[in-house]
Amino acid sequence: MIEQVADPLPQAGYAKVVLELDVNNHPGVMSHICNLFARRAFNVEGILCMPVSDGKRSRIWLLVFEDQRLEQMVRQLEKLEDVLNVRRHGAEHEVFERLEGFFH
Amino acid sequence: MMQMTGAQLMVRLLERQGVRTVAGIPGGAILPFYDALSGSEQIHHVLARHEQGAGFIAQGMARVSGVPQVCIASSGPGATNLVTAIADACLDSIPMVVITGQVPQAMIGTDAFQEVDIYGITVPITKHNFLVRSARDLLEVVPDAFRIAMSGRPGPVLIDVPKDVQNQLVEVADFPAPAVADPAPQLDLAAVELAAKMINEAEQPVLYLGGGVINSGAAPLAAQLAEQAGLPTTMTLMALGAMPMDHPLSIGMLGMHGARYTNFVLEEADLLVCVGARFDDRAIGRAAQFCPNAKIVHIDIDRSELHKIKSAHVAIHANVKCALEALLPRVQATLRKRWLSHVDSLKTRFPMQFPGQDDPRTHYGLIHAVAAALDDRAIVATDVGQHQMWVAQAYPFRRPRQWLTSGGLGTMGFGLPTAIGAALAEPDRTVVCFTGDGSFKMNIQELATLAEEGLNVKIVLMNNNALGLVYQQQTLFYGQRLFASKYRTEPDFVKIAEGFGVPAVDLDLADNPRAALAEALHRPGPCLIHATIDREQFVYPMVPPGAANTEMIGG
Repeated sequence: MIEQVADPLPQAGYAKVVLELDVNNHPGVMSHICNLFARRAFNVEGILCMPVSDGKRSRIWLLVFEDQRLEQMVRQLEKLEDVLNVRRHGAEHEVFERLEGFFH
Repeated sequence: MMQMTGAQLMVRLLERQGVRTVAGIPGGAILPFYDALSGSEQIHHVLARHEQGAGFIAQGMARVSGVPQVCIASSGPGATNLVTAIADACLDSIPMVVITGQVPQAMIGTDAFQEVDIYGITVPITKHNFLVRSARDLLEVVPDAFRIAMSGRPGPVLIDVPKDVQNQLVEVADFPAPAVADPAPQLDLAAVELAAKMINEAEQPVLYLGGGVINSGAAPLAAQLAEQAGLPTTMTLMALGAMPMDHPLSIGMLGMHGARYTNFVLEEADLLVCVGARFDDRAIGRAAQFCPNAKIVHIDIDRSELHKIKSAHVAIHANVKCALEALLPRVQATLRKRWLSHVDSLKTRFPMQFPGQDDPRTHYGLIHAVAAALDDRAIVATDVGQHQMWVAQAYPFRRPRQWLTSGGLGTMGFGLPTAIGAALAEPDRTVVCFTGDGSFKMNIQELATLAEEGLNVKIVLMNNNALGLVYQQQTLFYGQRLFASKYRTEPDFVKIAEGFGVPAVDLDLADNPRAALAEALHRPGPCLIHATIDREQFVYPMVPPGAANTEMIGG
């Protein structure tokens, strides 16, 4: 019998990319976003979330690998009701670099 | 200015949304809502016997009407019992609004009695979900839930309402307008032009219809496209009925249990026009070997389905109906004689075979006899397993929303409560629920609901006293090591039905099973029709899991 074997999903070796999300700020938003990445087996390397301006919105920064499924993940993110928009930045974006001091 | 409780506000908002029948089971944390519901003169509440039953009753109503329907449960186990029905609705894109009670906000997070985080639990199986924190928020949340459930690709939305929010008094000046669906996405006409050009230039095109065609009400347009462009048309499990099974251009269902010729036609296609389908693994087999020579035009309302499994040469993010309306005037009328005669020859050489179809004591014969006794007005629901695939192969579906089955999740126990929901939504139709003995036992308690509502549901129980599809796979792929797939005892289903107050007929004992069947189907009200079938009869053809669609065995 031929078993259903999914292709392995190597992520090391891919370039990193930074995603910037504007989201509604309420207690469930982080779980919607983290859950989406987890259940679609897409690794998140880093995550940062803070409320912005009047506290009705938050900004979330995600550090992820740019593998062939990134486009699919962005489309899935854009479907979430609480995600208002998604912007892509290259790995050169400094948001996570500036935080590195806290992780050493 | 009106003053009311959150619970009363919810009931008013449901009434204003046009909700007329809901299914549920009360319990501590949802009792304020039930108290308010008892005062409604517009909403009929159907008391299910298990919350999963309530979930599928709502699904049955939604699947035949296309409009979001409501189910209700209390906190904790009531809410977790809904999980399977919610996941099922999510995978089959069924619009549903789920209301659950929650412990009072002050007790959330304390492991209070009957507290579960149903909000967290349902994140991956809903389109969206809400935990309502004040009664005032209901004015936005309830219409939003309906709007989300019905907009774009439909799906389930959960509203978790703590008991104190249900009891909280709120001043309401104006009710919000009932929700309507968001407008369809802007159509990319350049992509439509390109798709039309590809159809016009293709030599061996195939039209591949999915559940999105049913959801968007585009079945007549899809048939028109097929006729205009001479496209042999295959349907997924979810799309059966989109084109009449006996339409000359229909090549039936594709995939794991599709006919041989259907999968062979797809193998030779040079263009695949995929409309509202998602290249599910049961439909396409091994993705890399599906339609190896075909360019792909993919139309879907869900942008994340485009390029997900197969890269499309032309991807159109659109409501299927809008896209087909734009496509039709751009597609040339073509007879396509050479390709269609080749399709016919494949059909003649590798036809779908229905052994025993003239004998109502066989599985195919029973399905044919049921179809022969009914007309196209009947609704057909199934459970999950061999009987489901046999009905999908053999029943002559001729209209959209005639066929209700659990496609994506494959939920045993789906059939009976879904059939009850269908009968609630369309009380003038006969609803047949084909089931197997394994599936039937998974929501058999809803016989009580059926008896209470006195609905026109005929349960056709194909009994082989086994988990037939497991038995089949163990026989074919696991060295005939049959384990945990045969039951060692057999309940008396006729007595069980009668015990619940549902009349029953045993075709095994009938001298003329065809006549006994027809009589049972034509008698108004609920009925269980029991028929023993041969456990050694398997569903063929079958594509082994993980194989390419052309590697079928049997049939």
